[in-house]
Amino acid sequence: MTTTVYVPRDATALALGAEAVARAIMAEAGRRASPVRIVRNGSRGAFWLEPMVEVQTAQGRVAFGPVRVGDVASLFAAGFLEGKPHRLCLGPVTQIPYLKNQQRLTCGRLGVIDPLSLDDFRAHGGYAGLQAAVSMTPAAIVQVVTDSGLRGRGGAAFPTGIKWRTVLDTPGEQKYIVCNADEGDSGTFSDRLLMEGDPFCLIEGMSIAALAVGATRGFIYLRCEYPHAHAALASAIATAYAQGFLGADVAGSGRVFDLELRLGAGAYICGEETSMLESLEGRRGQVRFKPPLPAIKGLFGCPTVVNNVITLASVPIVLQRGAAYYRDFGMGRSRGSLPVQLAGNVLRGGLVEVAFGVSLRELLYDYGGGTRSGRPVRAVQVGGPLGAYWPQSRFDTLLDYEVFAQAGGMLGHGGIVVFDDTVDMAAQARYAMEFCALESCGKCTPCRIGSTRGVEVIDRLCAGDHPEQQQAILRDLCNTLTHGSLCALGGLTPFPVLSALDHFPGDFTKPMAAAAAGR
Amino acid sequence: MNERRRISIPIRVEPGSDLPQLERTAVLEAVQANRQLKGALLPVLHAVQDHLGWVPPRTVPLIAFELNLSRAEVHGVLSFYHFFRQTKPGRQVIYLCRAEACQAVGAAALEAHAKRQLGIDFHGTSSDGRYTLEPVYCLGNCACGPSLLIDKELHACVTPARFDELLALAVVSAEKS
Repeated sequence: MTTTVYVPRDATALALGAEAVARAIMAEAGRRASPVRIVRNGSRGAFWLEPMVEVQTAQGRVAFGPVRVGDVASLFAAGFLEGKPHRLCLGPVTQIPYLKNQQRLTCGRLGVIDPLSLDDFRAHGGYAGLQAAVSMTPAAIVQVVTDSGLRGRGGAAFPTGIKWRTVLDTPGEQKYIVCNADEGDSGTFSDRLLMEGDPFCLIEGMSIAALAVGATRGFIYLRCEYPHAHAALASAIATAYAQGFLGADVAGSGRVFDLELRLGAGAYICGEETSMLESLEGRRGQVRFKPPLPAIKGLFGCPTVVNNVITLASVPIVLQRGAAYYRDFGMGRSRGSLPVQLAGNVLRGGLVEVAFGVSLRELLYDYGGGTRSGRPVRAVQVGGPLGAYWPQSRFDTLLDYEVFAQAGGMLGHGGIVVFDDTVDMAAQARYAMEFCALESCGKCTPCRIGSTRGVEVIDRLCAGDHPEQQQAILRDLCNTLTHGSLCALGGLTPFPVLSALDHFPGDFTKPMAAAAAGR
Repeated sequence: MNERRRISIPIRVEPGSDLPQLERTAVLEAVQANRQLKGALLPVLHAVQDHLGWVPPRTVPLIAFELNLSRAEVHGVLSFYHFFRQTKPGRQVIYLCRAEACQAVGAAALEAHAKRQLGIDFHGTSSDGRYTLEPVYCLGNCACGPSLLIDKELHACVTPARFDELLALAVVSAEKS
């Protein structure tokens, strides 16, 4: 009997050696004449266990990990094809506590299916949301999405239904759906995981959006740093066309939806929606003024829905299970679930999709298990390079857009970067300014020039050159950036800078302390 | 009456006629494959860079002519995006992640090591033309940093020692190909 073995083809799993493991398993199976079929699934997101190999047994899928090439022979010897014990055996994959306790609404198929198989996708509930949408009026689809309470997962958390309603109500010959897959924030990878592990889900979400607002063309703007996601999406789009889920007659609805994959070119600013539209139009990624909103005058001047990957990928389950099902997860005005990403110096890094309302501490310690280095956590940065640095005292903050904002932070795209006690927060603050200088599109003077001045001021501050004056200048500069920038890059760079200064002031005076100690 | 002297006006050189054949072909193929797209400039530049490894500045006039854009527009886009190269890279481009998640697990030490080992700074190419080192701001491998990308292959948990191993492997694979 042929045994099915799953070896992930996710970029992180590959980076940890999954390709070699897959080849070793094939070779060893050949040597032992045990018939094995290898399926290259996506990653479930428990990255500290990657490469995690799963075996289909009579009792379900049993996981082994992290598997190195050197372990393969001993796995076969122990009888892992029958799910027998081995030092690397993790038991039934659905019982691994890290995965078991999550609420996988959007990422439910991650690691379960073969990402490139449309049949596998459909066998696991794929395209059920689109089928439901096909029989509904556009206004009814928009209403379901509004009622679900889904908000933009890219970071701005704008209610998705309201955005769609604006596009639906704006008359236009041509409307567009644009998926923002320019996931540039450090510490975030949920978009990448989803695009590599369940690309049809994104295509389904975009197709539903197209039906809802009457759009006939869509674009996925993917960052060029994601070659694996590019390959997965390109393959999935071609399959969807071939099977009638894209093109002239989407899923038998009689409606047209053409989808095109476009690559960015390494500009962080193109994650900002208006500069992304500029980039799609073939220009420099410079931020546009708002209004007009992209929903009214977006791509090529037409009404355009711009949504993040996770937002669009959350739509199918809303349509499939109904607005109430999704809305019943979460707290306050943050409904549903957020795929949180544990990153940086964390012991059990990976994707944790949970309903809103858990505390940062639970995520960091119960899921993350503290730092990888074993040293105490000193700071975390939530929400990417523009998110605030928080000390231990803020770790009881609950995962909720409003609660985070009140506590002086932002949830953003749900990335959490963990730092241990060796981190120099002055260096992190300096880096935030440096990054802003590097990635500024140049449209607003405070961001273009202020960021460079910011690096210089922090250098003088740390050198002990009139520190009080420098601090005053830095705060004034940050105030100018906040209020004098069109977009979030200039507007939010003060977040990491000032939070580092406020919570970790000692790091900015280290050289002086060192000098005073006679070193 | 003397016949009026005819003034010869030099014939305008066809854009791109002065380009090496390889570059001319790369541009024309890139334009041919993408001309029908709306906002085709980025896809064209990507195609040229895929073909040549860089976008030589002397190809700008031909790209502009073919897409009915001004040279300034093409140059503006080419110079805006970090990924597009206007200088010839080494045989292998090493993209080293510098972003926060990798910083938290030793990216700065790896960066210093890589620069020392290769004898170059960021954006530089080693004197033997073998390597180019480029910074990158996030490869999406943030739970298993420090990360780097060589020839579209991603590597996780890269310590300085692992970097040296990868470099040795890269040499082998470059010689094989």
